[in-house]
Amino acid sequence: MISLMSKVEFNKETGPREVFCGLTSIVWLHRRMPDAFFLVVGSRTCAHLIQSAAGVMIFAEPRFGTAILEEKDLAGLADAHEELDRVVNDLIERRPEIKTLFLVGSCPSEVIKLDLATVAEKLNKRFLGQVKFVNYSGSGIETTFTQGEDGALKALVPLMESSDEKKLLLVGTLANNVEDRFKKIFRNIGISNVESFPPRQSTELPKIGKNTKVLLTQPYLSDTLRDLKHRGCEIISAPFPLGIEGSTKWLLAAAKTFNISELKVHEIIAPLISRAKLALESHKNILKGKRLFLLPESQLEISLARFLHNECEMDLIEVGTPYLNRDLMKEEINLLPDNTKIVEGQHVEKQLDRVRESSPDLVVCGMGLANPLEAEGISTKWSIEMVFSPIHGIDQAADLAGLFSKPLKRNQILTSKTLVTH
Amino acid sequence: MELTLWTYEGPPHVGAMRIASSMKDIHYVLHAPQGDTYADLLFTMIERRGKRPPVTYTTFQARDLGGDTAELVKKNIKEAVARFKPKTLLVGESCTAELIQDQPGALAKGMGFDIPIVNLELPAYSKKENWGASETFYQLIRTLLKEKISPDEKINPQRWKELGRRPKVNILGPSLLGFRCRDDVIEIQRILSEQGIDTNVVAPLGASPDDIERLIDAEINICLYQEIAETSCDWLKRNFGMEYTTTIPIGIKNTINFIKEVHNKLDLPLSNKEELEHKSKLPWYSKSVDSNYLTGKRVFIFGDGTHAIAAAKIAKEELGFEVVGLGTYSREMARQVRATAKEMNIEALITNNYLEVEDTMKRTSPELVLGTQMERHSAKRLGIPCSVISTPMHVQDVPARYSPQMGWEGANVIFDDWVHPLMMGLEEHLIDMFKHDFEFVDGHQSHLGHTATKVKTDINSEEKENQHKGGIIWTESGRAELTKVPFFVRGKVKTNTEKYAMSKGIPEISDETLYDAKAFFG
Repeated sequence: MISLMSKVEFNKETGPREVFCGLTSIVWLHRRMPDAFFLVVGSRTCAHLIQSAAGVMIFAEPRFGTAILEEKDLAGLADAHEELDRVVNDLIERRPEIKTLFLVGSCPSEVIKLDLATVAEKLNKRFLGQVKFVNYSGSGIETTFTQGEDGALKALVPLMESSDEKKLLLVGTLANNVEDRFKKIFRNIGISNVESFPPRQSTELPKIGKNTKVLLTQPYLSDTLRDLKHRGCEIISAPFPLGIEGSTKWLLAAAKTFNISELKVHEIIAPLISRAKLALESHKNILKGKRLFLLPESQLEISLARFLHNECEMDLIEVGTPYLNRDLMKEEINLLPDNTKIVEGQHVEKQLDRVRESSPDLVVCGMGLANPLEAEGISTKWSIEMVFSPIHGIDQAADLAGLFSKPLKRNQILTSKTLVTH
Repeated sequence: MELTLWTYEGPPHVGAMRIASSMKDIHYVLHAPQGDTYADLLFTMIERRGKRPPVTYTTFQARDLGGDTAELVKKNIKEAVARFKPKTLLVGESCTAELIQDQPGALAKGMGFDIPIVNLELPAYSKKENWGASETFYQLIRTLLKEKISPDEKINPQRWKELGRRPKVNILGPSLLGFRCRDDVIEIQRILSEQGIDTNVVAPLGASPDDIERLIDAEINICLYQEIAETSCDWLKRNFGMEYTTTIPIGIKNTINFIKEVHNKLDLPLSNKEELEHKSKLPWYSKSVDSNYLTGKRVFIFGDGTHAIAAAKIAKEELGFEVVGLGTYSREMARQVRATAKEMNIEALITNNYLEVEDTMKRTSPELVLGTQMERHSAKRLGIPCSVISTPMHVQDVPARYSPQMGWEGANVIFDDWVHPLMMGLEEHLIDMFKHDFEFVDGHQSHLGHTATKVKTDINSEEKENQHKGGIIWTESGRAELTKVPFFVRGKVKTNTEKYAMSKGIPEISDETLYDAKAFFG
């Protein structure tokens, strides 16, 4: 299924996958909104997945949990609703600090068609003024990894009040320090009314309306974007703020919407760019000419490929992505070099065959695949780190490059290349 | 529906993955959505395996549900068999697939392969990981050996004599993501070999389906981990007459008992009985005067059934500790854990809820905690030294060095692992005593970081809150005396003194009341 549109080669693949499900995004969402609780309605597998991905043990009491479905819940649905009611009551009693409770659907709850929307509606009435309930699905039959954030944010949109105030709304979870940097830069170029979604407190949702200009910080929020558009928000089309190039174009796109001249933006960011280029240099020396293979997982793959090729001079073998929204990604795709091979979806075995055949210098992949590839002598970077590290913006460009140069540098230092593993 | 913030065990299909990944020439087709692939990282990241688990996930999506998911299962089975060429195929489903009832095992059996197919039915909404591992191991053995059952031929454990060779045994139960299994196997094989006993097969760890078919070449089975191997050992006993051992060789006493049990079953004379006690340093280290301070240390134990019971016995009988709490998350072994607790005059805690474990830990005010990684975290918060004795697995539980729990070397490892955190605890106490010395004024950094200090502050603030609890007041002298009590028993002393004061109707606790209470409780 190859279609040659424009200069980039698009392919589709189906088969067994090696990708997390949308529940995984709870791992960073709960940190962003410390007054919220994420209650997965699912199975022991869901609970085990989240604790394996999140290192739950470090929390005295984590702000996420699973209402585990048992045999008796599967027998009759009315039962399951009552049971969920009871679990929520216990939880609210034990954790009175919770302001927003996300009821998160999972594969089993979707298959048995547990109606979390109705449950949320009922609970909203009962806990009016105390806790807000929203629901979304993080199930692996509908969502991959970062798409869970899309579901969570989309669920919050109806709770956002309307306002015609002119503002820039940054949409997508950012590390707090990165968010602060962006706000400062926007202030300096003349955009002072900047808000973020999700906010740092779930109760402080930004107001939106026809004068809200939405700028995405992450490429996996298409459903949220559609709902914001329905609420009258104007969507700014831009590449994503990864690397110097992406961040610059992202800032320029915002400035244009606010009728601020390009000159003004360049004036503000010129010193940032020159110091970022300096910082990037040592990483570029390592990455230059190295061949890169990206397996699908975080949905950041296309932006990362653009950064690692255009700014770090890596060669792209294949760019995997769990799914492709061409409209949302068009600015990114336009920046990719000619003949870039994009593969949407996955057949993990066939893809690994291609990895081995192409003998790449670096593979970006999930945690399940990293050590086995290392054992074959292939350097890897696990993609989950991308969603935990502050990587957005001009100032972080070198840190972002560092995530990829480090495994290569380490490989140079360590002398044993062929290893007997255990 | 049960609210779970953290769980000691994964779902049963993860147990099946543990068996598949432990073995060679096996592939497991798991009817499951993409998210379930997280389980691979348990093996590749936690166990640091350089190989992917031999698992194909059918990766069905919502849009497949209206169509033919059964076709998807068959396609994946066909591809997996062609690509991996397994000698035996395991087929099963995870929680979500169980709901759509495609019966992948039956589908696989109808596809005309000439390899044995094991149909795994692991109820995801009622069972857990260890059960899943046990059931998978049993179903695999049953599938591969059922045709060899002969109703009148039973294996005589003493047949090695007639066969004119050394006795042979199988070691059953060690698996990936099991606590120190890798090294326990080496230690047990070494011990058996010293006694003139050969190992026929170790399974599932490192075994192939061919090895499973060879199980009946041995005289008896060693059931090394009851959680994983007991069902299989039972079946082999019923159908082939193979005896199996029930003593778990953890600690000196039970290693010796284990060796005796093996010899009895094989009718092999035990010639080196006297030597055995000297094979480990634990007995002497425990007897040496330096260990006097271990006497009566209050220890709280929680883990899987096998390791919790073993730890309780060693703690009490070989190190002279006082076991103040014992519990397990292995419901399958609740009866045995309760019996062990009863011998120690305490009540066993059987629970999946780590918060309940933490509460009990707090209440019993132990000086040492032996638990899982979760209890390590709870103990850290409470400022109590801790050593990890059981799964669930953490990357720290797969040390690079040889580090068994079983046998002679296991006993050495246990002595060091349990006593060293206590030494640090004692050091902590010394630092507390000498904190006004000039070397320490800038704040000596102990391994417990600031936690211990924080706990002390908590106790102080709690003191203030509780000043009027039951109408009892702590006087200045009482409070001053209390701060002189080592921090790790301070909570206990405080509670005891208040209990004493209340029972005697003493309204104010002075330094003298503290001593009265101390004498009263002994």
